[in-house]
Amino acid sequence: MNSISEIIQSWSIIERMLAFFLLAPIAGGVLAGIDRKLSARLQGRYGPPVRQPFFDVLKLFQKERILVNKFQNFPIVLFFLFTVFSGALFFSGASILLAIFSLALAGTFFILGGFSVSSPYSHLGAERELIQMMSYEPMVILVAVGMYQVTGSFTVADIVQHQASLILYLPGVFAGFVYILTIKFRKSPFDLSMSHHAHQELVRGITTEFSGPALGLIEITHWYENVLLLGMVYLFFAFNPWLAIVASLGTYLFEIIIDMNYARFKWQLTFWSSWLFTAVAGVSNIIVLCFLK
Amino acid sequence: MGWFKKSPWLLHYNATSCNGCDIEIIACLTPLYDLERFGIINTGNPKHADILAVTGSVNEKSKQILKNLYDQMPNPKVVVAVGLCAISGCVFQDCYNVLGGADKVLPVDVYVPGCSARPESIIDGVLQACEILEEKYAQQKKAKQSSPKSQTNQRQGFNHE
Amino acid sequence: MNVLIFLIVFPLVISVLALALPRGLLIKRIIGVIANVVLCAVPIYLLVTYLDKGPAYFHLESHLINNSMLVVEILIAAYIIYISIRAKRYLPVLLVFLQSVIMLSFEFTSGRGMQIEHSLFVDKFSIIMALIVGCIGSAICLYAIGYIPEYHEHYKEVKARPRYFFFLMYLFLSAMFGIVFSNNLMWIYFFWEITTLCSFLLIGYKNDQASQESAFRALIMNLLGGVVFAVGLVYLYHSSQVMELNKLIQLDKGYVLIPAVCIAFAGLVKSAQFPFSSWLTGAMVAPTPVSALLHSSTMVKAGVYIILRVAPVLENTVAAKMLMLIGGVSFLITAFIAISQSNAKKVLAYSTISNLGLIVACAGINTYSAVWAAILLIIFHAVAKSLLFLCVGIIEYKLGSRDIEDMDYLIMRMPKLTAIMMTGMAGMFLAPFGMIIGKLATLKAFVDSNPGMAIILAYGSGATVFFWIKWMGKIISIKHGVFKVMEDRVSRWEWITLGILAISTVAACIGFPLIAFRLVDPFILEVFGKTVIVDPFSVYMILLMMVGLLILLPLGLFFFGFVNKGYKRVGTYLGGANIDDVTFEGAMESSQTIELKNYYLEKFFGENVLFNAGVFISLILLVIMFGVAII
Ligand code: SF4
Repeated sequence: MNSISEIIQSWSIIERMLAFFLLAPIAGGVLAGIDRKLSARLQGRYGPPVRQPFFDVLKLFQKERILVNKFQNFPIVLFFLFTVFSGALFFSGASILLAIFSLALAGTFFILGGFSVSSPYSHLGAERELIQMMSYEPMVILVAVGMYQVTGSFTVADIVQHQASLILYLPGVFAGFVYILTIKFRKSPFDLSMSHHAHQELVRGITTEFSGPALGLIEITHWYENVLLLGMVYLFFAFNPWLAIVASLGTYLFEIIIDMNYARFKWQLTFWSSWLFTAVAGVSNIIVLCFLK
Repeated sequence: MGWFKKSPWLLHYNATSCNGCDIEIIACLTPLYDLERFGIINTGNPKHADILAVTGSVNEKSKQILKNLYDQMPNPKVVVAVGLCAISGCVFQDCYNVLGGADKVLPVDVYVPGCSARPESIIDGVLQACEILEEKYAQQKKAKQSSPKSQTNQRQGFNHE
Repeated sequence: MNVLIFLIVFPLVISVLALALPRGLLIKRIIGVIANVVLCAVPIYLLVTYLDKGPAYFHLESHLINNSMLVVEILIAAYIIYISIRAKRYLPVLLVFLQSVIMLSFEFTSGRGMQIEHSLFVDKFSIIMALIVGCIGSAICLYAIGYIPEYHEHYKEVKARPRYFFFLMYLFLSAMFGIVFSNNLMWIYFFWEITTLCSFLLIGYKNDQASQESAFRALIMNLLGGVVFAVGLVYLYHSSQVMELNKLIQLDKGYVLIPAVCIAFAGLVKSAQFPFSSWLTGAMVAPTPVSALLHSSTMVKAGVYIILRVAPVLENTVAAKMLMLIGGVSFLITAFIAISQSNAKKVLAYSTISNLGLIVACAGINTYSAVWAAILLIIFHAVAKSLLFLCVGIIEYKLGSRDIEDMDYLIMRMPKLTAIMMTGMAGMFLAPFGMIIGKLATLKAFVDSNPGMAIILAYGSGATVFFWIKWMGKIISIKHGVFKVMEDRVSRWEWITLGILAISTVAACIGFPLIAFRLVDPFILEVFGKTVIVDPFSVYMILLMMVGLLILLPLGLFFFGFVNKGYKRVGTYLGGANIDDVTFEGAMESSQTIELKNYYLEKFFGENVLFNAGVFISLILLVIMFGVAII
C-alpha cells in the first residue's frame, strides 16, 4: 500500500486529475451497484446485478432527447463539469475549501436547472434541494475548519500527509460529517429532493423534467460526487491508508444501512436536525480543540 | 446494440382499473417477485420511463391523460396492457363512459391477460416488451441513418378532441 | 495634495452647478457626463501615482477652512432643527443641540489653539475607497440621469426636484472623498455629518409619510452616532492633545480607548450594524440610485472604513472582542432574516448589513489576514451590490413591483437585465466570484484567531446561499412560449451603468490577484509588517474557474440556443393532465394554472423575532464594550 501511495505522490497534478476523471465514475458506479444489491438483500430481495447502474446510464444515453425548454440541459452540463472539476481539485491536493466552494457552485447549477424548467415537481425538488444545501453547508465548512485546526493547513496534500490521526482529534466533526453525508448521498431519511427508490413523482423531485442523456449525466455526476465525499472521509483516517479505505467503505455501508432503516423525514425535521447536530457534534468539537491548542 | 433489455424502466398508469391489476403490479415489486432483479424500476414519471403499463379500461376522462403520458415518454417506448380491462374493457366495456381497451388510444405492444393479471404473467409481459424495445431501437437507428433529418423538433401538442 | 483637494472640491462644484443651472438643459447633461468621467479618472490617476509609494501626509493651512467648516456646521444644525420642528419631531432637535453644544464649546475653549500637523493624507486604503466612491459613485450618477425622469413618471404625486436630487448626490460624493482623505479628525467628523444630512434628505426625497418616517429614523440614529463621535473627539483632545488619525493610532492604548470606542460606535451606526440596523432597512424607500450609492456601496462603507482605521487601537481589548461579536451577530442574524423576505430591496438591504457585519467582525479581529479579507470584501461587495440595486430599480418600474414573487420568468421578459442581475448575484456568493474569495480569506482569518467566528461564518454562508439561489431560480425559470420583451424602454444611461458595473464585477474577480498584491498587500505590509501569503495554485484555480465560466457560458448558450436541434419538445409533467405547459385539467373539468412560489421559512427565520433578538444581544455587547472602555 505504501508503494501505491508513493506512486500516487509521484504523480503530477495533471496526472492525478486525469486519474480521478477516469477512475471515479467506475468506482462510483460500482459503489452504486453494490448499494442497490445490498439494499435489495437487506429487504430480502435478490436485487439487480452490481453492473446495473452502468446499464441504466448506457440506456439513458440511447434514449431520445426530450426537452421542456431548449436551455434546460445547460445547467446540468455545468453541474457535471464543475463537480468533476472540484473532484479533480480535491484529488490533486488543492485547497479543500476551494473544492468545497466549487462543489457548491456545481450544486447551484443543478438547482438552477431544476428551477429553470418551471415545472411544479422540479420546482419543489429544487426548493428542497436548496433546503438540503443549507442544511449541510455549515457542517461541510466546519470539516475544513476542523482539519485546519489540527493540521494547520487547508490543502488536501498537507492534510493527507499529517502524521497524527485526525479522527482522534475530530470525532465530533466526523460524526457531524457522517450525518450530513446522508443528505449528500441522497439517502433516506434525507432524500427529499430526489431519491433513488420508491420512485414516485414528488420524490423524483428535481430530476422530473430531465430525461435520457441529461438524466444519465446527473447519475454520473452523482458518482463523481460520491467518490469526492468518500475522499473527504478518507482524510479523517489518512494516517493509515488501509484503515482509511476500509473506513471510507465502512461509512458508505453505514449510510446504506441507515437508508434501509429510516422513513423519509419532512424538510423541517431535516433542516433543524442537521443544524442542531452540526452544532452539537461539530461545533463542540471545534471549540474543545480551540481550548486544547 | 441497445441496453434496453438490461434496464427497462416502467411507468404504471391506472386508466380506470378496479385496482385488482394495480395491486398485482405492486406485488411484482415485493421481495417474492422482485422486479428489480431485471433492472426494472417503477419510475412514476413518463420522462424517465421506457415501458408504459396500463391497467383498467380507458374512459373519456382518462383518454387524454393516457395520451399525454405517452407523448411525454422519450422514444423508444412500448405499451403493455395489463389485465383484461386494458385489453378489451372486460366487464366494463358496455358502460356509458368506457371506450374499451388501451389500444383504442395507444398502440399497444404487449397484452397481458388475466382478471386480474398474475404477477408472473406481468413479469413475462414486461420482459417481452423489452425485446420489442430493442427492436424499436434498432429500427429507429436505421431510420435515423437513412434520413438523419427526420428527427426534428416538432412539438407534440395537447390537442383536446 | 492638489489631487486630493480637487477630489473633494470638484464634486462640490458640480453639485452647486446642478442646483444652479435650470432644468432640462443639454449642457447640463454634458457637464454631468464629463464630471462623471473626471470623477472616475482622477482616483485612477491617484492610484497610478501612488502605486509604489507609501502613505503620504499633507499639511494644509487650516484656519480659514476650520472656521468655514464651523459655519457650515452651524448652518446644518440650524437646518436640521428647522426641519425637525416643522415635522414636530423633537428628538433630532435635542441631538443636534447636544452635538452643537459639544462642538461649539470645544471650538471656542480648548480647540482654539489646536495645531494640526497633517490635515490630509493618502494611503492605499484611502485610494481603494476613493476608487470605489469615484467609479461606482459616478456610474450611479449616470444611471440616475436616466432613472429620475422615470421615477417621476411613476410617482406622479412626488414633486420633481431633479436639481435638488443631483445636488445632494454630488455633495455626498464630495463628503465621501473628504472622509477617506482627511487625517484631521475634526474634518472627518465634519464630512461625516454631511453624509448623515445627505442620507436623511435623500431618504425623504419622496416626501410621504413612510419616507419621512424612515428619514427621521435614519437621522436620529446617525445623529446619535455623531454625538458619540463628538464626545470621543473632545475626550481625545483633552486627554492627549491629539486630533489626527495617524497619531491616534500611535498613542498608548490606555489613553485612547474611549475615543476609539466612540468612533467605532459611530461607525457601527453608519454601517447599520445591530442594534441600529432598522434605519438601513427603512432607507429602502429612497429612490434606487440612493440605495445603491449611499446604502450599499459607499456611505455604509464609510462606517466600516472608520472602524478599520481605529481598530489597531482596540487590539487585544475586550472592546475589540465585542466589536467582533457585534459584527458576527449582525452577519448571522441578518443573513437569516433575508431568507424570510420577499421584498427585493429588503433582501438586498439585509444582505448588505450581513456583509458589513462580516467586515466589522474582521476589524474586531484585526489581524493582518482579517484586515486583508475585510478590504477585499469592501471592494467586491461595493461593485456587486450596487449593480443589484440598480437592476432591481429597473425591474421595479417595468414590473410595477419589487416583490421577488412577481419576478417569474424574468429571463424571458428582460433577458439582458436578467443576465446582468445573475452576474451580480453570482458576484455575491458563488465560487469564482469576488465575495467568495473574500469569504475564503475571512474564514482563514477567523480560524487563525478565533474559531468561534468560523462557526458563525459557516452557518451564515448556509443561509446566504439559500436566499440568493432561490431568487436566482425565480428569475431564470423559463416558460415555453412567446413573451413580450419589456426591456426596450430602459434608458441608455441605465444600460451604460449596468454594463460598467457588470463588467467590473467580473473584472474584479479576474483582476483579483492584481488588486490583492498591488493594492491590499502593500497597505497590510505598512500597517502590520507582514501580509497574507496566498497559495498560488489556488489563485490559478480560481482564475481557471472564472475563465472557464466566461468561455463556457456564452458558448453553451449559443450551442443550446442555436446549434442544438436534435430534440423533441414536450410539455412539463403535470401528472398527465396537461392542457398546456402551465395549465392542467382539474376536477369538474376546470382548468387550473400552476403557480410556483418560493419558500420563505418564516417559521424558522421570521423577521420580528430574529430582529429583536439581534437588537437585544448587540445592545448587551455594546454596553459591555463601553463599560469596559470606561472602566
Ligand atoms: S382486469 Fe380484472 S382485476 Fe384487472 S382491472 Fe379489470 S376488472 Fe380489475
